[in-house]
Amino acid sequence: MPAVQETVDRVKRIDVDQYRYGFETLIESDKAPKGLSEDTVKFISAKKNEPAWMLQWRLEAYRRWLTMTEPTWARVDYPKIDFQDLYYYSAPKPKKTINSLDEIDPEILKTYEKLGIPLREVAMLEGVEPKPGEQDPNRRKIAVDAVFDSVSVATTFQAELKKAGVIFMPISEAIREHPELVQKYLGSVVPTSDNFYATLNSAVFSDGSFVYVPPGVRCPMELSTYFRINERNTGQFERTLIIADKGSYVSYLEGCTAPQRDENQLHAAVVELVTHDDAEIKYSTVQNWYPGNSEGKGGIYNFVTKRGDCRGNNSKISWTQVETGSAITWKYPSCILRGDNSRGEFYSIAISNGHQQVDSGTKMIHLGKNTSSRIISKGIAAGKSQNTYRGLVTAHRKATGARNFTACDSLLIGDKCGAHTVPYIEAKNSSATFEHEATTSKISEDVLFYCIQRGLSQEEAVGLVVNGFVKDVLQQLPMEFAVEAQKLISISLEGSVG
Amino acid sequence: MVLLEVKDLQVRVEEREILHGLTLTVNEGEIHAIMGPNGSGKSTLSHVIAGKPGYEVTGGQILFKGDDLLEMKPEERAAKGVFLAFQYPVEIPGVTTMNFLRTALNAQRKARGETELMVPDFLKKVREVSKSLNIPQDMLKRGVNVGFSGGEKKRNEVLQMALFEPSLCILDEMDSGLDIDALRIAADGVNALHSPKRAMVVITHYQRLLNYIVPDIVHVMSKGRVVKSGGKELALELEASGYAQFEDAA
Ligand SMILES: Nc1ncnc2c1ncn2[C@@H]1O[C@H](COP(=O)(O)OP(=O)(O)OP(=O)(O)O)[C@@H](O)[C@H]1O
Ligand SMILES: [Mg+2]
Repeated sequence: MPAVQETVDRVKRIDVDQYRYGFETLIESDKAPKGLSEDTVKFISAKKNEPAWMLQWRLEAYRRWLTMTEPTWARVDYPKIDFQDLYYYSAPKPKKTINSLDEIDPEILKTYEKLGIPLREVAMLEGVEPKPGEQDPNRRKIAVDAVFDSVSVATTFQAELKKAGVIFMPISEAIREHPELVQKYLGSVVPTSDNFYATLNSAVFSDGSFVYVPPGVRCPMELSTYFRINERNTGQFERTLIIADKGSYVSYLEGCTAPQRDENQLHAAVVELVTHDDAEIKYSTVQNWYPGNSEGKGGIYNFVTKRGDCRGNNSKISWTQVETGSAITWKYPSCILRGDNSRGEFYSIAISNGHQQVDSGTKMIHLGKNTSSRIISKGIAAGKSQNTYRGLVTAHRKATGARNFTACDSLLIGDKCGAHTVPYIEAKNSSATFEHEATTSKISEDVLFYCIQRGLSQEEAVGLVVNGFVKDVLQQLPMEFAVEAQKLISISLEGSVG
Repeated sequence: MVLLEVKDLQVRVEEREILHGLTLTVNEGEIHAIMGPNGSGKSTLSHVIAGKPGYEVTGGQILFKGDDLLEMKPEERAAKGVFLAFQYPVEIPGVTTMNFLRTALNAQRKARGETELMVPDFLKKVREVSKSLNIPQDMLKRGVNVGFSGGEKKRNEVLQMALFEPSLCILDEMDSGLDIDALRIAADGVNALHSPKRAMVVITHYQRLLNYIVPDIVHVMSKGRVVKSGGKELALELEASGYAQFEDAA
């Protein structure tokens, strides 16, 4: 069934002025004192019962961070962040140890329910059989590591994953249970000194997911995490580390929505991916942080460092992202193509509306021989937003036979928004073949009228045309996310025309 | 029964008056042809009937099935049975023709309070119509009009017309860019849709099309007005002597 119709139907049901996901869950929280100091770092580490080496690692990052300054090269504009005016740790108070979903705070479950996202997961977790004809019984399973604020509340499907030898757990647990793996890989892709936000994250990260797929194992299910920011003024510092050992495969889904806020909220996540020989990681994101109100107030600041290291030969890392939220997005999921014949992919849909500012793109660093990369970026700017694609493709001297194909398309809706393409290309050897294509177009009045003459409303017409524009990228998403993504795309363009 | 009544319609585009009091009445089941020199306002008339933005109606009235058409949104007009086959059909990349047809058809049905057409029924119908129009199935899997030839685009318009079953079909220069065979196929498609309840308004420059789609009434437009109406022989007359004789009347 064409999912576009579903989108169209969904859009009709939406209340335009209301950010649907803007509500708070009233849960007592357990906060670190406001502000950032060595004591904050120690507090977080102690809360997590971390071993000494971890605290040491954090403190080094913190000291490093003190010497750094915020980057200003991105095309985003925001008031200076007072890092002493934020909370760096907040967790729902655990009432007891949780073994099953029933034991999770019903408030939290209700929050997820309102989001409309995890119903299928909830059903699955509770072993509910799909009603005949209602759902596809063959659909793949999804394991959910639900991150509520800063603490993973439920980790499921552990048993089945364990059978396959896959480790999937909150990183805070992995630090205690698999210190050798964490020590070996943490910071090996994004070093603690990498950039201002990554360094900050290294000092104060609260939690996130850890995945290890052993050699030769194809992870038996999609792994999925939903993030929520729920505590006023809480910095959110997720840390994710995924390792695919030789010949293994894993697909990881990440999605999020955030409640409405007056103050801006800082989100600075770090995601590190490592693939060994012949391994593959597919990482998909649907991002829908609160973008701010119609005057551009509030909204999430999303400063993310995501990087994959194709460490082994013939390995592959693929990033797919649908970015619709955030007041500010600063995000460049990248691939280091170290192994010979390794491949990196970046498929992106970045939508900005209202006063949103998006500066996103990717880096493909070709180091190994015959490495290849592919970048498909679709930027859609509406309202008064600014949408920038920033991409870097480099080939090292030894990266003979490196190949890249880049296609950047921008679509403008209305005339108060802007789309910008900033490609950097550096080939240090002559055998590299880099191709770059870029287009910018305006959504045409004639196209809209054509659709409307055939019976679609203005908003349905925009939804249809935009979904057509991003089709190449949507196809890259796992089915579970494609429909949600389409829905989000239409929602996020509401009120962008007329 | 009167289907469409355009009364003394005055229309401006960017401060300039294009239609200066145009009157036209179309009854159910009738085929009307509108002819007239370039720039006389034929497309403008069709756009205003369909509700395209950018036109300011400064006077007159349009009634459709007795309702004030100018009060309706363009998508409401479509759902109520107004169909415009465009002079220049647009391309919509990434949206397959099949998906587009289904989305549009269901939007119209919904607006009329009807249920969605079941997928098998829909597919069957599309297959039938596209076959009669010589439209290959794989064309339906391509983006709407993307890479279609001029003739294919026009046939795609007729396909939609057949599928949506409108009560008023306005065809704006359906014959432009069509070779003889394509013209015949498209015209046959249009003729197949002719019914006692449905009216056609055929805008064309050439009498040739009217050999295939035979009009009941021919109107001559000049400088934003209908300056003469008559039977199908009027088209032949025009072909022979041109528009000059009407310029003064305008
Ligand atoms: N958007 C517009 N802005 C300015 N002038 C316009 C616009 N649309 C139409 N016009 C003018 O209105 C007049 C009528 O145009 P219209 O397209 O209706 O003519 P037509 O009879 O369909 O001509 P043709 O036979 O060439 O298709 C022309 O002079 C045209 O330049
Ligand atoms: Mg015309």
